[in-house]
Amino acid sequence: MGRAVLWAAGVLVALFLLAPIVAIVPLSFSAGSFLFYPLPGLSLRWYQDFFGSDFWLPALWNSLGIGAAAAALATVLGTPAAFGLWRAKGAFRAVAMGVVLAPMVVPVIVVAVALLLAFGPLGLVATHTGLVVAHAALGAPFVVVTVLASLEGFDPVQLRAAAACGAGPLRAFFRVCLPQIAPGVAAGAVFAFATSLDEVVVALFVAGPAQRTLPRQMFSGLNDQISLTTTAAAAMLVAFSVLLLLAVSWLQSRSRRRASG
Amino acid sequence: MADPLVRFEGVRKTYGASGPAAVQALDLDIARGELLTLLGPSGSGKTTTLMMLAGFEMPTAGRILLEGRDIAHTAPHRRGIGVVFQSYALFPHMSVAENVAFPLSVRGVSRAEREERVRKALAMVRLEGFADRRPQQLSGGQQQRVALARAMVFEPPIVLLDEPLGALDKALREEMQLEIRHLHQRLGVTMMYVTHDQAEALTLSDRIAVFEGGRIRQCADPRRLYDRPTDAFVAGFVGENNLLPGTIETRDGEDCIIRLACGPVVAATAADCGGRGESCLVAIRPERVAVAGVTASDLGEGALPAILQEAIFLGDHVRLRLSVGDGGEILAKRPAGVGTLPEPGGPAAIAWTEGAAFAFRPPPARV
Repeated sequence: MGRAVLWAAGVLVALFLLAPIVAIVPLSFSAGSFLFYPLPGLSLRWYQDFFGSDFWLPALWNSLGIGAAAAALATVLGTPAAFGLWRAKGAFRAVAMGVVLAPMVVPVIVVAVALLLAFGPLGLVATHTGLVVAHAALGAPFVVVTVLASLEGFDPVQLRAAAACGAGPLRAFFRVCLPQIAPGVAAGAVFAFATSLDEVVVALFVAGPAQRTLPRQMFSGLNDQISLTTTAAAAMLVAFSVLLLLAVSWLQSRSRRRASG
Repeated sequence: MADPLVRFEGVRKTYGASGPAAVQALDLDIARGELLTLLGPSGSGKTTTLMMLAGFEMPTAGRILLEGRDIAHTAPHRRGIGVVFQSYALFPHMSVAENVAFPLSVRGVSRAEREERVRKALAMVRLEGFADRRPQQLSGGQQQRVALARAMVFEPPIVLLDEPLGALDKALREEMQLEIRHLHQRLGVTMMYVTHDQAEALTLSDRIAVFEGGRIRQCADPRRLYDRPTDAFVAGFVGENNLLPGTIETRDGEDCIIRLACGPVVAATAADCGGRGESCLVAIRPERVAVAGVTASDLGEGALPAILQEAIFLGDHVRLRLSVGDGGEILAKRPAGVGTLPEPGGPAAIAWTEGAAFAFRPPPARV
């Protein structure tokens, strides 16, 4: 009895979380022109529209390009930050941790306004560089958190052993530490990419017409005219996210296997 | 020692501003080619001493000289010292051969020479066929041998071993002790070995430094350490000892007459004790205590009457627990199957040869 209630509650929660996402996907295959069930028929016309459009296609490439660059930057900055936090102790560690993780907690709209104000005098508004830097800042905390988690399974004596072998701190990091925490670093990069991929608020503020990303385009697509192409874009974002999630869980199982020898 | 390889000079290490010293006023020389063991209970400062030589701890005061050069504040990777860690600390993402090659590739040794030296190092620890395995695929003993090969492959002036056999079972530990000893004898490499296991220290060492409370209590070769401890702590820590409290009645040079707290009066050699009227501990090794049946005269003059409380058969020897006088207890050991024993609970007589008993200053009461 208690078990059945628990299951029912679990299923309801899962439905609540997944139903909106699941509902949007069939609509993208509709033969009709409206956000409407039952579907009048099945077709790929909205996908054709998407891939033949000057409105959507550049946005897709922007999303992928900016996402990849932001993920790379966030990983390059976040991994050493995580390593430093892992080695640090005491009050300094707590303060540094707070600063590094701030973008995760501060409301995105605040970050967006702040970035707009900061980027203005630097000439970074409406540039690719600006959006990459902004997304990297949002993604870096995810890298820090995942890399810190994988460092928990890394034996610090390994660094001493590397030093005893004659390796300086830099070489010890690259040849001994990094290979062992690589799955965590990769998972962090995937998280940072995903963060950039579905980010819309900062994109609305700091991106110009040349940097419009997929979510940004969906936002304006819904405002201007409700075209079902938007649902095709949404379905593809969902597919991307599922792929990224699978990638992360594969990376995590890899690092667990490695940790257990 | 004319030209020590390593010299600790007044080295002190404290943690925090006011904390107790982990190592206090350490002076120690390590000669070229010797195997020196730092022996002591946990918290005695032996591992801190090793870590300061390896460079993972900085001394608070004093100098550490390696081949005459002060290295107390040199970064560990610039010291060129080999270290074997208790947890082996092999690199799990590298094969056995890559692990052993790592110190060479860090030093920019050419590929061909690297392969040759790795092959030799693996042959040295009898792991020729394991070059391509991962460390996780090896047994504990094999992993330890890889760690040894990795610490020695670049021919460091000294190899430090931090309780390297702690994680192995007893039989394997004894096998590895001999292997390390033979390796040391064959290659003549200087080694500093840290352990809390006194039997291991006796097996391996050319010299043993016994640590307690951040100080060296005695530093001597195993034989001398066992036969002539200079300190009550050493007497009790290295090998087994009966330590009986008493008061010095007379002292003439090294010869003391001591009244034991349990009653009897015995003769002992002064190792480290005060004069007449001062309290002391009398140390007698269990294997030096002879036990006979009630005919005490068999043991000659100076034999003490005792009561056999218990006889424990341990295969190769028998341990005898005897009570002496008023509440005194003495442990005796004798080979199994030699002579006859009194019945447990029955009267016996004990004696020891002249020079078997030593008198020590009692250690200060621990707070």
